[in-house]
Amino acid sequence: MRRWIPLFVVAALGVFLYLGLYLNPKEVPSPLVGQPAPDFSLPVVGRPGETFSPTDVRGEVWLLNIWAPWCSICLKEHRVFRELIGDEVPIYGLTWKDLDREAAPMLARNGSPYVKAVDDIDGRVAIRYGVTVTPETFVIDRHGVIRMKHVGPITPRVWDERFRPLLRELQT
Amino acid sequence: MIPELGQFLVMLALVIALVQGTVPLLGAQRRDERLMALGRPLAQAQFGLLLLAFCALAWSFLTHDFSVKNVAQNSFSQLPAIYRFTATWGSHEGSLLLWTLILAGWTAAVAVFSRQLPPEMVARVLGVLGLVSVGFIALLVFTSNPFERLFPIPADGRDLNPLLQDAGMISHPPLLYMGYVGFSVAFAFAIAALLSGRLDAAWARWSRPWTTAAWTFLTLGVALGSWWAYRELGWGGWWFWDPTENASLMPWLAGTALIHALAATEKRGVFTNWSVLLAIATFSLSLLGTFLVRSGVLSSVHAFAIDPTRGLFILAFLGLVVGGSMVLYALRAPRMVGGASFGWFSRESLLLANNVFLVAALGAVLLGTLYPLFLDALGLGKISVGPQYFNAVFVPLVAPVLFLVGIGPLARWKNASLPDLMWRLKAAFGVSLLTAALLPLTLEGMNLQVTLGLFLALWILFTVIKGFAQRLQHAGSDRWRKLLRLPRAFWGMQIAHAGLAVLVVGVTMVSNYEVERDVRMPIGSHVELAGYRFVFHGVEEVRGPNYLAGRATMDVTSPRGRTFTLYPEKRNYDASGMIMTQAAVNYGLFRDVYISLGDPLGDGAWTVRVYHKPFVGWLWAGALLLSIGGGLAAADRRYRMVLRRRREPEPEAVFTPAAAREVR
Repeated sequence: MRRWIPLFVVAALGVFLYLGLYLNPKEVPSPLVGQPAPDFSLPVVGRPGETFSPTDVRGEVWLLNIWAPWCSICLKEHRVFRELIGDEVPIYGLTWKDLDREAAPMLARNGSPYVKAVDDIDGRVAIRYGVTVTPETFVIDRHGVIRMKHVGPITPRVWDERFRPLLRELQT
Repeated sequence: MIPELGQFLVMLALVIALVQGTVPLLGAQRRDERLMALGRPLAQAQFGLLLLAFCALAWSFLTHDFSVKNVAQNSFSQLPAIYRFTATWGSHEGSLLLWTLILAGWTAAVAVFSRQLPPEMVARVLGVLGLVSVGFIALLVFTSNPFERLFPIPADGRDLNPLLQDAGMISHPPLLYMGYVGFSVAFAFAIAALLSGRLDAAWARWSRPWTTAAWTFLTLGVALGSWWAYRELGWGGWWFWDPTENASLMPWLAGTALIHALAATEKRGVFTNWSVLLAIATFSLSLLGTFLVRSGVLSSVHAFAIDPTRGLFILAFLGLVVGGSMVLYALRAPRMVGGASFGWFSRESLLLANNVFLVAALGAVLLGTLYPLFLDALGLGKISVGPQYFNAVFVPLVAPVLFLVGIGPLARWKNASLPDLMWRLKAAFGVSLLTAALLPLTLEGMNLQVTLGLFLALWILFTVIKGFAQRLQHAGSDRWRKLLRLPRAFWGMQIAHAGLAVLVVGVTMVSNYEVERDVRMPIGSHVELAGYRFVFHGVEEVRGPNYLAGRATMDVTSPRGRTFTLYPEKRNYDASGMIMTQAAVNYGLFRDVYISLGDPLGDGAWTVRVYHKPFVGWLWAGALLLSIGGGLAAADRRYRMVLRRRREPEPEAVFTPAAAREVR
C-alpha cells in the first residue's frame, strides 16, 4: 500500500491544478480592507512641532494618499486632487522616504492637495499599510476602518468609477 | 512555402515519435532484436526533422516574413538580426518548438552514446523518450502551431517584447530547456529500469552522467535567468521568489538531491527506490514548471500568453506522465529493498540527510508557490505568498545542507568515525567560526545572519581544501602531478562545492549590506551612497535601432577617488510603445554600482535610483563554478571506461546479499 502513496499525492495535486485553470490569480485584495487603519503619530510636513494621527479624524470619512517628492506620477495625481476633487473629501498625505527634505518646499510651491501631509521618513508606517508602490490611496470610514485600497494613480475615470460611489455611501 | 514545409516536418516528426514511442518498447518486451534496433535511427531522424523545422521558423524570422503570425507578433523590421534569431523562441509557440528540438537532441545523444548499453535498455530508454516527445509535439501541432499564417499580411511586426531584447535572453531559455529536458533522460532510464525490473548499481551508473549533465545546464540556465532579471528589470533584484523562478528552482533542488542519491545507489546499492522516485519527480517538476508558466494558473511577472486549452492539454499530459509512472512505480518497484547496510554516521547517512533537507526545502518552495492556488480553489480566499515566507522557510532548511557539504565528502562509506572526523576538522571549524563572528564587527557591527552565512561559506572552503589534502597525504614529492591526476569526478565535486561557498558569500553580503537611494536630481546635482559620489549631468536623446532613449550621464567617484561614467537609459520602443528602464552597472569583484533612471520631473531634473551592491557578482561566479564542477563530474573517464568493458564481469557492480553480510 505504501508505494501507492506517491500516486495519491500527485492525483490530489492534479485536481488543484485543474481547478486553478478556471481561477484568476491576479485579483488579490489587500488584507487590510475591513480592518482598522493602523495607528501612527507623525510630524506634519511644513508645520514644525505639529503631529497628526488617524485618531484626530475619527468620525470623518477621509483618504490617506501615499506619495513621494521623487515620484512624478504622484505629482500628476496631485493635479487631479487639486482640480477635480476639491473638497469632496479630506485627503491626508503620507510622505514616503523624503530623505532629501524636498516635500515641504514642493508642497509650498505647487500648492498642497492635502489637509495635512505627514513625514514618514524611514517608511515604517508605509510598511504597516502594506505599501508596495507610490502612489497608493486608502479610503477610511468614520470608525477608522479601511474600506478600500487603490494601487496606482487616481485618474478622473478611476475617481468616478471606484471612489465617488463608495464615498457617497460612506458619507450619508 | 518555407513555413508550410516547417509545419509539415513537425507533423512528420510526430509520426516518427509515435513509432519510436511504441515499436522499440514492444521489441524490448518480446526480445525482438530487429524491433529494438529501430530506436536509434528513429531518434536521429526525429532530431533531423525538428532541426530543419526549427531552421524554417528561424528563417521566417530572419527574412521578416510577417505573413507568419508568430513573426508578426514577435518581430519588427528594425529589430537587430541577433534578436530576430532569438525571437524564434521568444513566444510560447516558438519556445515549445525549441523544447521539442532539445528533447530530440538529448534523445539523439542517448542513441549515439549508448553503444555499450544492453539493447533492451537502449530500446526502452529511447521508447520512453519517444513517448514524451509525442506529448510535446502533439501540443505543438494541435494547440500552438508556430507556423500559422496571417491574412491580411501586416506591413510590419509588433516587435519582440523589449524585456527579451537582452544578451541574457539569448542563451537563458536554451540553457534552461537543456536542463529541464535533460532530466527526461534520467526519467527514461528510471522508467526503463522499472519496466525491466533491473534496478541495480549499473542502472545508477548509466543514469549518473546524464543527470549531472542536465543539472549542469539547469544551473547555468537558472543563473542566467537571475542575471537577466538583475540587469533588465531595472530594480536590481536577483531573486524574487516569483512562481516562474520557483518553477526552475524546484527541479534544480530535486536534481541536486538526485545526483547525490544516485551516488549512493551506484557505490553502495542503497536508496534504490528513492533514486527512482527522485528521477521521476525531477522530470515531473520540470513539466510542472512548464505547466505553471504557460497556463496562467499562478500570477507571475513573466508569463506567456495565456490560453486555457493549452493549460488543459499540458495538465493532461503531466497527469499521464506522472500518474503513469507512479502506477508503474507502485507495481514494479522492488519489494525487497536490498543494498548494503551502513552505520548511523557514514557517507550514506550523510547523503541521506542531504536528501531529506533538500527535499524538505523543495516541499517548502512547492507549498509556497501553490498555496495561493490551494486556498483559492477551496474558496478560502485570495492571498499571495511573498519573499518573507520563502526566506523564513528556505534558509533554515538549506543551512544544514551547507554544513553537511563540509562533512559528507570527508566521511567514509559504510562506517565513519564521528570523533575522528571532529578531531580532523576542528581547525577548519574554529577558524571559520571565529572569522565569521569577527568580520561583521569590522563592518556594521554584529549581524547573526552574516555570521551564519560567512561561517558556512568558509567552512565549505576549508573542508574542500581538506578534501584535497586527504587525497594527497601519502603523495610525497609527487604531490602536484598527483593533484592533476585526481579523477575528474573528484575535481568536479570539489569545484562545485567551492562554487556553493562563493554563492553563499554573495547572497549573504548583498542581502545584508546592500544600500540604495531614491533621489530627485536636478542637472549638476550630486548624491552620495556608500562613499561613492554620483554627479548627474542631465539626460540627452539617443536613437537606437528600434527605440528612442533618454540617456543620462552620471559621473561616479569611488571612495578611493577613481572615477567612471555610467549611462542609464529610459527607452521607448517604437513598435510596442513600451517604456523600458535600462540600468547601467559598473561591475566589480567586490561590488557593483547600479544606477536606474526614473522619470522626468521638469526643468531637466529626473528621479534616479542608485544602488551599491557588495559581492553581488559572486552569486553568478558561484553558479558558474557549480556548473563547471557539474561538467567535469559528468565527463569523468570512469563512465566511459565502464561502458567499454561492459562484457567483462564487474566485481563491484551489484551488491549481493553475501556481500552485504560481509560488510556487516
